[in-house]
Amino acid sequence: MKFTLSWLKDHLATDAALTEITDKLTAIGLELEAVADRAADLAPFTVAHVIEARQHPNADRLRVCLVDTGTAQVQVVCGAPNARTGMKGVFAPSGTTIPGTGLLLKPSNIRGEASNGMLCSEREMGLSDEHDGIIELAEDAPLGAPFARVAGLDDPVIDINVTPNRQDCLGVRGIARDLAAAGLGALKPLDATVVEGSYDSPLAVELDFEADFAAACSCFLGRHFRGLTNGPSPEWLRRRLLAIGLRPISALVDITNYVTYDLGRPLHVFDAAKVNGPVQARMARTGETLLALDGKEYPLDGEITVIADRNGPESIGGVMGGAASGCTEATTEMFLEAALFDPHRTAATGRRLGIESDARYRFERGVDPAMVRPGLEIATRLVLRMCGGETSHTVLAGTPDGPAKVVDFRPARVTELIGIDVAAAEQRTILSDLGFGVAESGGAGHWRVTAPTWRSDIDGEADIVEEVARIAGFDRIQSTPLPRLSVTAKPALATAQRRPAQAKRALAVRGMMECVTWSFMPRRFAALFGGGRDDLQLANPISSELDAMRPSLLGNLILAAGRNVDRGHDDVALFEVGPQYSDPTPKGQALAATGLRRGRNGRRHWAESPRMVDAYDAKADVLAVLDAIGAPTASLQIASEAPAWYHPGRSGVLRLGPKNILAVFGELHPRVLDRLDVTGPMVGFEVLIENAPLPKARASRNRAELLVSDLPSVQRDFAFVVDQATTADAILRAARGADKAFITEVNVFDVYTGQGIGDGKKSVAITARLEPKDSTLTDREIDAIAAKIVAAVGKATGAVLRG
Amino acid sequence: MTTDIDALRDELLAEVAGAADIAGLEAIRIATLGKKGRITAQMKGLGQRPPEERREAGASLNQVKDLLAEAIEARRLSLHEAELAARLASEGIDVTLPIRQQPQGRIHPVSQVLDEIAAIFADMGFTIAEGPDIEDDFHNFTALNIPPEHPARQMQDTFYLPPRDDGMPMVLRTHTSPVQIRTMRNSPPPHRIVIPGRTYRSDSDQTHTPMFHQVEGLVIGRDIHMGHLKGTLEAFCQAFFEVDNVRMRFRPSYFPFTEPSAEVDIGCSYQDGALRIGEGDGWLEILGCGMVNPRVLEACGVDPGEWQGFAWGMGIDRIAMLKYGIPDLRAFFDCDLRWLHHYGFVPLDVPTLSGGLSR
Repeated sequence: MKFTLSWLKDHLATDAALTEITDKLTAIGLELEAVADRAADLAPFTVAHVIEARQHPNADRLRVCLVDTGTAQVQVVCGAPNARTGMKGVFAPSGTTIPGTGLLLKPSNIRGEASNGMLCSEREMGLSDEHDGIIELAEDAPLGAPFARVAGLDDPVIDINVTPNRQDCLGVRGIARDLAAAGLGALKPLDATVVEGSYDSPLAVELDFEADFAAACSCFLGRHFRGLTNGPSPEWLRRRLLAIGLRPISALVDITNYVTYDLGRPLHVFDAAKVNGPVQARMARTGETLLALDGKEYPLDGEITVIADRNGPESIGGVMGGAASGCTEATTEMFLEAALFDPHRTAATGRRLGIESDARYRFERGVDPAMVRPGLEIATRLVLRMCGGETSHTVLAGTPDGPAKVVDFRPARVTELIGIDVAAAEQRTILSDLGFGVAESGGAGHWRVTAPTWRSDIDGEADIVEEVARIAGFDRIQSTPLPRLSVTAKPALATAQRRPAQAKRALAVRGMMECVTWSFMPRRFAALFGGGRDDLQLANPISSELDAMRPSLLGNLILAAGRNVDRGHDDVALFEVGPQYSDPTPKGQALAATGLRRGRNGRRHWAESPRMVDAYDAKADVLAVLDAIGAPTASLQIASEAPAWYHPGRSGVLRLGPKNILAVFGELHPRVLDRLDVTGPMVGFEVLIENAPLPKARASRNRAELLVSDLPSVQRDFAFVVDQATTADAILRAARGADKAFITEVNVFDVYTGQGIGDGKKSVAITARLEPKDSTLTDREIDAIAAKIVAAVGKATGAVLRG
Repeated sequence: MTTDIDALRDELLAEVAGAADIAGLEAIRIATLGKKGRITAQMKGLGQRPPEERREAGASLNQVKDLLAEAIEARRLSLHEAELAARLASEGIDVTLPIRQQPQGRIHPVSQVLDEIAAIFADMGFTIAEGPDIEDDFHNFTALNIPPEHPARQMQDTFYLPPRDDGMPMVLRTHTSPVQIRTMRNSPPPHRIVIPGRTYRSDSDQTHTPMFHQVEGLVIGRDIHMGHLKGTLEAFCQAFFEVDNVRMRFRPSYFPFTEPSAEVDIGCSYQDGALRIGEGDGWLEILGCGMVNPRVLEACGVDPGEWQGFAWGMGIDRIAMLKYGIPDLRAFFDCDLRWLHHYGFVPLDVPTLSGGLSR
């Protein structure tokens, strides 16, 4: 919301300085966005007299001007065709930065003639695009005077951010009222003297609604004018509109815009000669259209309020007028409309038709119903003053009166809710100054507060507290520490909530870079990872690249890896811990720790060669995460089956029981990488963190007692020949289970296929560590345990010891 | 006789002293003290000497034998030292060669800042609450006193999904505030929670991304007032920005879910192109807050006559950018390895209040 200082002072009697006013605006919730003080910006530019303009001896298009600045005579070379002897213009001395071009003026020599300073055009002054010539000022413009003052540009323009609840401050008067309440001056009375009409309006007004739609337009006040002379508005009005960024059109149109910004009261003017009365507010009919003032044709329907005559819709109520009945310079008869339109319907209409207008902006926030008549009277006087003519008696349909909003209020709530002390008397003054009615009710400390008609946002006691607090000043609020709940702090995170950070740090320790990627991805890619459901598709994505909720984090990470590869980084190790979505319910959102690796496991190095990453790296990542989050890794089953986006032969799942999948890992399917247009190979993994069961709550943090022997442990190696399809897991499980009392560790140290091993077979060599309990293991005991291992592995897998 | 032994002693000692290496020394030892060595031979020859000479010669020979053994051992040690020194001298390496690689990962600034936030609010007695990203209209809007015609509900700001089977519009949460609703509906007051998470708005330009991170706080009690809100935020800002003092300014504002509402600015200055938080004449808006609107409490079945409190919300990405001088929000989500390495955090740097939030 923009306005000028002098405009504000039409409503506010104040001596406060500009900065005092702007600081106070922010302090009471009307946040200052910008203030443009053009008198200061344009200070170097002054009125100058061109004593003589002669042809430049060496350039056809240039003139050499002798300029009187009021304090000196300087020579300026000027290219403007209208530079001539005797004129008055705008002079900028050397050392000035020209606002329109950003250039710093320096003394110069142009084709042999000295030039000191510049005579400026409107474009150079940053005032308009006009650049056909230099600015010509009136002959009586005082020599040497600041140009800003002479041009009426010395009125500072203030721009504030009005929150959606404060429609009343979408008019200058409301802002003045707030400032007055905050102690910055006195609100001047509003002159809304009734202008008596001299004839009956030839156009009647009617509200034509079915009961359900009666709220669409609850009041329509109108008035007819005749004998008008429409034309440009007076200079003061044009300047104010220009200052706030509005284009002056003609007096009749400018008046409606002015009252909209002055009082927050939108109006509309019809060219009465083009209206085929009576003037009706009604719902539009499907099939009707309107060519609006913005030159666009809008389709209408039964949800849209229109002002219509016998010709059909003439304007979209509260949103925009129609071109057919719009006022022009030729208008001599006019019909002025001040109506009340339903905020919600106005908002919905504006949104559906895509129309932003000053009227819509105000009506959808709820204009002051009590301002219907004063607004019309004030506009009437402006019309008669600027355009002459005479006006009719007013015509009214409906009523602007609604029930007053009354709120029970306890002044003590200000202290209770805000923590500041504001005396009851001060509270009463603040509320009265803001236009609230205050009455005692039912004993001390209970007030009945009546909201002013312009504050439709007031809902309850908390709103009254806010009014008092913001005017009293939020700077009165004292910092108060929250009472401590316990002497030492308790954990903020439950066990499950600690897991994401544990997973992240475990993966980063393994050399992976943590990423954060969008929760969405292109739908066509989502389908590659088991997604693409209709109910996870965004209805209004910002682009088709971000239109589906991701079923897996892998797709975005693969694309991220691709971007890094494109930048020349072939070796990539990325992970993300975040949500993935299988359906739109809260349960359909799962937390995944997902990562991928591509390229080699390190850079080329003088001491050791890097190798290509493989599925076992991904498996190691998975186990690192599961260990870090405290999942029961020893109880996991591992199987060579993984979702379709993995290489079918080089991927696995880690399960707890037959159904609970904790993680999948493996080489990514080459077709998936192809579709994402990223070169592989790549390995990846996905750990579903929430699928890992939480440890049982324990009463004690004691560890189990450590039982170890000082007696030497023994290691024994076995090489088994098994079928190619036999898994290492099966061999290890059987070996571990052969004698749980003594076998503490079993591991694979060699896998071999080829010469000496039969076709379809492989050799798997394992080593087992045996730990004695009470006495050193004898050879006989060791042999017995070894035999058990051979037997158990043989029984489980058909393995035989390699000969 | 004794003269002979003395001569032999001097000869052999000279030989030992002249031994060039351990092998040569060993040869000398065998040639003197070995079974067939010269000293051994002399000892054997004692028997043939007259008894009166025997004792004296025996004693002298034993003396020489001990002396030689000592000399040989001393020489062995010195030769060994010399050989070791020579070997070590030949074994030098170029210590400037690069080490074997230990790839170093990084923690994303958002995660690091999240851990910092948790550390600070844990100390103030808060717990962390979370909720789903895909929300229904009720939790995201209606219960938060955002009426159907509120501009925030319009298409330009909110991502919509297809409505639920019961007709309920579904959205990507536009703030973490629906978790306030879920928390208050699921458990009775008092509450003291912070809610971090992903949030979404259909907005994309230089300073907006369609997804960003928010952290929200909610405190509900019987006598919680706006002074507590100010105290809490002041304490947080001092701890988070790791400065002794933070100037703060509460400006009245409007949010449907709080009443009164405020926007909060913190003091700042620019020095040598770097932003300093807490000091200086400038103001920087960092969050919105207010006292929970009674309508919100009512929507959660909490009696506003008995309970009241405050809520605030701020951008995690934004405060991370401010604290660590990260210029571009969009880069947070681009996964550029160079960016992650530069702005990311070493995984062992876990923020704590005891050890400091950052290095």
